[in-house]
Amino acid sequence: MWEFIVQPWPWWFSGLSISATMFALILFGRSFGFSSNLRTLCAIASQRSRSFFDFDWKKEIWNLIFLVGAILGGFLAHTYLSDGFAVALSPATVNDLAALGFGEPSTSASGVQPDELFSWEQALTLKGFLILAVAGFLVGFGTRYAGGCTSGHAISGLSDLQLPSLIAVVGFFTGGLIMTHLLYPLIF
Amino acid sequence: MRFLKYLIVGTFFGILMAKSEAFSWYRIQEMFRFQAFHMYGIIGTAVVVGALGVFVIKKLKIKDIHGKPIEFQPKERGFYRYFIGGTLFGLGWALGGSCPGPMVVSIGYGVLPMIIVFLFAVVGTFAYGELRDRLPH
Repeated sequence: MWEFIVQPWPWWFSGLSISATMFALILFGRSFGFSSNLRTLCAIASQRSRSFFDFDWKKEIWNLIFLVGAILGGFLAHTYLSDGFAVALSPATVNDLAALGFGEPSTSASGVQPDELFSWEQALTLKGFLILAVAGFLVGFGTRYAGGCTSGHAISGLSDLQLPSLIAVVGFFTGGLIMTHLLYPLIF
Repeated sequence: MRFLKYLIVGTFFGILMAKSEAFSWYRIQEMFRFQAFHMYGIIGTAVVVGALGVFVIKKLKIKDIHGKPIEFQPKERGFYRYFIGGTLFGLGWALGGSCPGPMVVSIGYGVLPMIIVFLFAVVGTFAYGELRDRLPH
């Protein structure tokens, strides 16, 4: 049992766990949508009336608590539930990424995120900082424009067979494929 | 105390994002290059099991823990906002290798420069709020 937990989780167990997360929130009378937190943080910071951020954010505190839990979960996974091995990436991806200047996952400090993007050394160069800033900006802008992120559309929306969520997910993949196949060779 | 259950479920979510490796930039690259089944298996399982569960909740009219009927809010009709917004999201998702949940899980995991990505995600959401009236929806 413990051995199963500290190893990387198989896809089917991971998928079931995501469903369990969604159903827990539904049974609590809420819904699974993480990026609403970004809007809530804007509302707390801006405090302006008659804008997109003028809503009763106190009703969204439960989701911020969920966010705090997610940070804690990441910490626990790293500190207590890790077998210390890097991501076992497919050899084809390792090759593709090597051509762009990225080492294998085992060469990175965390084993899960590449040092070529997520070490302070790189993040504080002009190019490195711009990449992280633009990536974040696009995610934050796009998710609110589309009315949800991976949890709100791909999981909750598709589970409820919502056509708008399917359109959003097609958009997620359109953007992801353009970035990976057309823009990565120009950026890296 | 009424918030404790959200802390517990959030913590479970954080552990699951880390242990499934779905929060890894490497796994997202593998997915967008169609070079492994892993991410498709995760999302596919979650959606199929999710759809079955939502069907059962609706069919049996299951109530939440407060005794209220569970309602699913239908999304507004539309095309542009979902497709354009989704595409912008996808560009950022592939570039940083993280959607909003995994960003904070990474921060907890000790990948601290991800704080930059998360802060700019908040800035991006703020920019959308400012420009919303001028965008096609």
